[in-house]
Amino acid sequence: MNDLDDLYREIILDHYKNPRNQGVLEGPTVHAEEGFNPLCGDEVKVYVQVEDGVVHDIKITGQGCSISRSSASLMSQAVKGQSLDEVKATVSRFKRMIAVEETEDEPEPVDLRVIGELAALQGVVKFPVRIKCATLAWNTLMLALDEESHSV
Amino acid sequence: MAGVEITEQLSELRKDFPIFADIEATRPFYYLDSAASSQRPAVVIDTMNRYYRHSHANVHRGVYGLAEEATGIYEAARRHLGRFIGASDPVHEIVFTKNATEALNLVVQGLGRVLLTADSHVLLTEMEHHANLVPWMILQEQLGFTIEYLPFDAEGLLVLDDLDARLERASILGVTLMSNVLGTLNPVAMLSERAHAHGVVVVGDGAQFVPHFATDVRELGVDCLAITGHKMLAPTGIGALWAKAEILEQMLPFLGGGEMISDVRLDGFTAGEIPHKFEAGTPPIAEAAGWDAALDYLEMVGMDAISRHDRQLTTYAMRQMRERLDDRIKIFGPQDVTKRGGVLSFELADVHPHDVAQVLDQHGVCVRAGHHCAKPLMRELGVGATARASFYLYNDEHDVDALVDALLDAYQLFHG
Repeated sequence: MNDLDDLYREIILDHYKNPRNQGVLEGPTVHAEEGFNPLCGDEVKVYVQVEDGVVHDIKITGQGCSISRSSASLMSQAVKGQSLDEVKATVSRFKRMIAVEETEDEPEPVDLRVIGELAALQGVVKFPVRIKCATLAWNTLMLALDEESHSV
Repeated sequence: MAGVEITEQLSELRKDFPIFADIEATRPFYYLDSAASSQRPAVVIDTMNRYYRHSHANVHRGVYGLAEEATGIYEAARRHLGRFIGASDPVHEIVFTKNATEALNLVVQGLGRVLLTADSHVLLTEMEHHANLVPWMILQEQLGFTIEYLPFDAEGLLVLDDLDARLERASILGVTLMSNVLGTLNPVAMLSERAHAHGVVVVGDGAQFVPHFATDVRELGVDCLAITGHKMLAPTGIGALWAKAEILEQMLPFLGGGEMISDVRLDGFTAGEIPHKFEAGTPPIAEAAGWDAALDYLEMVGMDAISRHDRQLTTYAMRQMRERLDDRIKIFGPQDVTKRGGVLSFELADVHPHDVAQVLDQHGVCVRAGHHCAKPLMRELGVGATARASFYLYNDEHDVDALVDALLDAYQLFHG
């Protein structure tokens, strides 16, 4: 049962039971995007408020499994206050950690001190079907930010 | 004890399915996902193997002996399937398809384009699988007819209060014989009788029902029935549409190509005879041979014995779940086992079905988690997903016990 304990370590269960940054945002600087996982019916809506190239605020609504909800919650914590470039770097680091983003070269090891609490999601690597759950909010965030970059 | 009887009857049968011994040699294996796809007995696998080793050629083309042998094997499977479901004309009324989904697409496109116009109404139910919803919606985009839906109640039973008024408006009724989520057995014989009184053609989705219950299309009264092989011990890649010969005669061709024509000129084609006019291209021949063997196997066990076994196991599972999990579990669909088949969708309190399935997998318990290709039904239930355990002839009470043990573990993990 070690793999499973890895997957459901305390941080994930905590963020699942008490998700951070829940709710909606409104206003002219807010961009919202919806994401679906057609496989399991999970839904997420990500609201980002970007001011002066910085994610000023982020809120999340939706329903889903412990992996998709905790991942969204952890993501919201990680990117809040980051510049758009920093957000991109965080997303890339996260995706490399769960082996979604492949590089030609030997992938550089993920520095767990940099990635912080997000490291809790590392166990997902062993459960390929769940990677889609873990990346749902992240892909949705990137879509919302694309919208932001188009509107500037 | 119902459970003991189940074990004694079927412990022998389980040995006919090589996958169990194969996987159980290295890890626990409790397969509770037969509503998605069943496992196969060795006789089905061996039959396909033998076909490829000794009898393969293309069908309906060569005049040499081997081609005739292959054609004979393929056509024998057609006749056997026809007899299995009580078709009055097995030679002409069975069209082989890729699966039940293709069978439904075939009847929607083939019959829908003949019977429906912009003013028409098609009556479906809110518990249909996407396979009996989306094909109608695709045709609706082309023709512009209206689709109505029969709702279901809190028990998962169809609400039929205004059935006659709805049938009065309708040209076609599409209904599943058994819900793949709720397990509900719909009163199809009664629905067909009422539909016919209004001149409505009845299209049945038999994907879940036919593998588990003795099926007689004349008793059911439907005009068309979609079936799939892989849920009834047969290979993947083969299904069938049964329809009354006079319906098939009316239907337009759907897939075009070789095999389905009697003549092709540069300015057009003449379609072949039924059922061949709906079987374009080289058909799934080895799969038909495998299905034939699967039907033999099911007949040997007896469909009534299978239905009884499913019901005993469903009863045992519902009781165990309630006794050991009480209000921590909610079982969807009819609570009366005589109104349902061996499919149990459930919700474990505050644990997402995906997480349930993940923990169960660690115990070797295979269940389905998700929307089960029935998103409108999920919305009606007010959930995004459910977990679903389903039973077949090779399951016994050990599978159920493992399921409930694992559910308790999952609950503990998320609430502990």
